[in-house]
Amino acid sequence: MNYLIGAFKPSCHISITFTDAKNRKQVQLKKENGQTVMVPLFQSQENIAGKISIDPIQGKKVEHNGVKVELLGQIEMYFDRGNFYDFTSLVRELDVPGEIYERKTYPFEFSTVEMPYETYNGVNVRLRYVLKVTISRGYAGSIVEYQDFVVRNYSPPPSINNSIKMEVGIEDCLHIEFEYNKSKYHLKDVIIGKIYFLLVRIKIKNMDLEIRRRESTGSGANTHVETETLAKFELMDGAPVRGESIPIRLFLSPYELTPTHRNINNKFSVKYYLNLVLVDEEDRRYFKQQEITIYRLQETS
Amino acid sequence: MIANGAEDEEKWLAAGIAGLQQNAFYMHRALDSNNLRDALKYSAQMLSELRTSKLSPHKYYELYMRAFDELRKLEMFFKEETRRGCSVIDLYELVQHAGNILPRLYLLCTVGSVYIKSKEAPAKDVLKDLVEMCRGIQHPVRGLFLRSYLSQVSRDKLPDIGSEYEGDADTVVDAVEFVLQNFTEMNKLWVRMQYQGPAREKEKREKERSELRDLVGKNLHVLGQIEGVDLDMYKDSVLPRVLEQVVNCKDELAQFYLMDCIIQVFPDEYHLQTLDVLLGACPQLQPSVDIKTVLSQLMERLANYAASSSEVLPEFLQVEAFSKLSNAIGKVIEAQPDMPIMGVVTLYSSLLKFTLHVHPDRLDYADQVLGACVKKLSGKGKIEDNKATKQIVALLSAPLEKYNDIVTALKLSNYPRVMEFLDNATNKVMATVIIQSIMKNRTQISTIDKVEALFELIKGLIKDLDGTFDDEIDEDDFKEEQNSVARLIQMLYNDDLEEMFKIISTVRKHILTGGSKRLIFTVPPLVFSSLKLVRQLQGQEENPFGDEESTTPKKIFQLLNQTIEALSNVPAPELALRLYLQCAEAANDCELEPVAYEFFTQAYILYEEEISDSKAQVTAIHLIIGTLQRMQVFGVENRDTLTHKATGYSAKLLKKPDQCRAVYACSHLFWVCDQENLKDGERVLICLKRALRIANAAQQMSSATRGSTGSVTLFVEILNKYLYFFEKGNAQITSSSIQSLIELITTEMQSDSTTPDPATNAFFASTLRYIQFQKQKGGAVGEKYEPIKA
Repeated sequence: MNYLIGAFKPSCHISITFTDAKNRKQVQLKKENGQTVMVPLFQSQENIAGKISIDPIQGKKVEHNGVKVELLGQIEMYFDRGNFYDFTSLVRELDVPGEIYERKTYPFEFSTVEMPYETYNGVNVRLRYVLKVTISRGYAGSIVEYQDFVVRNYSPPPSINNSIKMEVGIEDCLHIEFEYNKSKYHLKDVIIGKIYFLLVRIKIKNMDLEIRRRESTGSGANTHVETETLAKFELMDGAPVRGESIPIRLFLSPYELTPTHRNINNKFSVKYYLNLVLVDEEDRRYFKQQEITIYRLQETS
Repeated sequence: MIANGAEDEEKWLAAGIAGLQQNAFYMHRALDSNNLRDALKYSAQMLSELRTSKLSPHKYYELYMRAFDELRKLEMFFKEETRRGCSVIDLYELVQHAGNILPRLYLLCTVGSVYIKSKEAPAKDVLKDLVEMCRGIQHPVRGLFLRSYLSQVSRDKLPDIGSEYEGDADTVVDAVEFVLQNFTEMNKLWVRMQYQGPAREKEKREKERSELRDLVGKNLHVLGQIEGVDLDMYKDSVLPRVLEQVVNCKDELAQFYLMDCIIQVFPDEYHLQTLDVLLGACPQLQPSVDIKTVLSQLMERLANYAASSSEVLPEFLQVEAFSKLSNAIGKVIEAQPDMPIMGVVTLYSSLLKFTLHVHPDRLDYADQVLGACVKKLSGKGKIEDNKATKQIVALLSAPLEKYNDIVTALKLSNYPRVMEFLDNATNKVMATVIIQSIMKNRTQISTIDKVEALFELIKGLIKDLDGTFDDEIDEDDFKEEQNSVARLIQMLYNDDLEEMFKIISTVRKHILTGGSKRLIFTVPPLVFSSLKLVRQLQGQEENPFGDEESTTPKKIFQLLNQTIEALSNVPAPELALRLYLQCAEAANDCELEPVAYEFFTQAYILYEEEISDSKAQVTAIHLIIGTLQRMQVFGVENRDTLTHKATGYSAKLLKKPDQCRAVYACSHLFWVCDQENLKDGERVLICLKRALRIANAAQQMSSATRGSTGSVTLFVEILNKYLYFFEKGNAQITSSSIQSLIELITTEMQSDSTTPDPATNAFFASTLRYIQFQKQKGGAVGEKYEPIKA
């Protein structure tokens, strides 16, 4: 048995290590099989450097037509699973064709890599960055090893960040004015605002503020939109009367948000909305949705 | 349905408690293992039970109290957590992640309390944040309880003066601002409760609201206890803000309760200094608010405050408390046209009590109050409403109680005008109260003006008022009333005789209007009062002022004659007769023979024409004889006429024994010890002999009709008369005549036909013993008696 298993085992072991692995921040990444693993975190324009070791199984040699490492930025649509669209692809040739008899280490470096998009795991789409090591062999098939890493890009606070202010209503029934203090929030931000009741003729039971994520994939006729409610936050209990103003203070940190992604490589978009929902005693819902922009602010730690 | 509703409610409450306890259990476990995340999770779940809408406020309170206890434990935990290094600011954020607002806010208040204590942020900022965030609960009951919780946990953490949470500057303002805001919001919720839900349950809701009122009122208590609220701040911000809320909420229940609260929780001194503001709010309240109780409370408190120390009195004057209150009451009555009369009177009654306490020296104020009351009542006629009448009585009794002196009340010109509004029965009660006050305090009513005023007040007792029917009056009550009037008449007195005469004339004028039923009560005291005056005049020189108009006994007697005459119309001849005789005696003392004669004549006329009852005749004749005996003013002729008449009347009495006794009594008319010219021994003897004859005739009559001679009492009595005159030296009465009379009696007593009578026997025996005693005395008396053998 051992003999048989050995026959199908890869004839060598490939390991990829990053130069600054000890100091680099590690973040969780959810893999396709549902497991989460800790992977290093990068941002655009960083140097991605390290070593790749190829360790043949004891007593075997690895015959190859060349060794290379690629840095790939890929978008995978779930309706087209397994088919990756590479928006970034960088290659470093590590070795000319030959044979490897014993452990061999190759340093590599991709300097100031342009990684404009963030790693994203959505409902219908996934954007990932990966290092791919390929030992090319002729008839036996190539030996390939992947190493995922996560990219997050930070934005400075926006220079223009207007509040969202709006008056909405149903004639002779309900008129409200609401205000969110900003239109752009960072991931750990707080939404401050208030709702002012100008006219209340319906018996309101409660009022919630929802954060909704709208992921649209594909384009044209094939556009597919998926909306999720990430947060349902009760703002008000009971029926207000005319003239009441209800405060809003919603901390974003507890929710798993991502920055807003607009038209990533013509493949997908991720947008966030604040949805103000009023529910009356007959459970009818009155709502108004407003888009907000979410960005990643450099954490100061 | 209702029973089911209550049952269901019990079930819901039980379920709520169960849910709460279960989550509290998990929360405790988390607390014990210092698991913050779980503690927050389970405490939020626990608090979710308070989100129910199914419970009445009463039941909800039960649930709330349980949650409250649990939150205390959580607060302890938070405190420890911060000691262990957890940032309170982080905690403050963390609890706000809760998705449901009610648990979130309860947790926020709980952490807020720890936050303030940590002093990592100024108390005012945290408080402001908390009170703002609580706006999220718009459901009345849930909101009220949440804010009540906030008020509870913040109470000891207000940045008051001297508090450890005091900030840099104007810190009290922040404390006040916080409490005011919480109060305002709570009141809004409380009022709103009334308008939510079906109309048919309005009453039930009102009751439920009433149960919740103390939650709202507690804020005012807190305000009252903030040290830093001085008069200026109270005046400039606290009171106007509170009143603004009270007025604007336009809710009857809230307005009444809160006005009362304001009056109770803030110091009297503040009320006094802000009277116009406070009073200015009153007319703006809803017309249905029971403002009279509110204002009464206020005035009562202020009156007590004034009573507490004389030092505060100048403050009252300085702020013109009286006129402000007076104006306010006027405005309130105008603003509430539907206010029942009872309310109007209660207001004035309170104001009167206030002014009596605060300005006892300002009688004009008291009169103003009464005048204002009259004005408001005018055109309403007699007041039928029982409660209103009671209030009028209270209003009228106040000055009496305060001054213990009707004289003061009599100066109140509006006093009788207020009494006009009482129905007859109450009017009488009030009059009796007035009289009793006079009696109790022995008040002297000594001028004619006061007498006039007094009789105006008690006219309900003096004469029949319109619309009273005799049969409505209980006889005993009537007697009681009239007796008190009689006593009152005796109380009217002035040392100045002229004035006293005027008083008497005035009283007379009034009582003569009283009708026959009253005269028998009121004439006698007047007569005696007049006679008293006569005797005083008598002590002075005749006509002390030497002028024609001045009072003389004669004038009084004329008046008395006319007064007593009035009784004949009643008719009350026996009473009149007695009074005539009294007057005659007084005239005798004044040596006014014709007057005395006239009185006797009147008495005789009454005897002849009006007194027909034989018993009454007997009494009357004895009175006549007694009086006549004492008269010294008459000349021989007049006296003879009168004596003759009297003896004649005596002999004409119906029953023999009565005749006998009257006749022997007449003997005294001829023998007046201290007057030599009035010692006619012969006529005395004639009388006595006549008496004996009558006694004899009586015995014979008795034996003829009954077969027994009856008693010898009459003889014994005559014997005593004999002995009297014998002793007084009447020569016509001899020892032998006495001796024979004794023998006669002895014989009679031994006779078989005589009915034995132990009383008579004893009487006779003691008479004999007396003779024996006189004999043994020796000397002149002994000698005189010597011949008599008993």
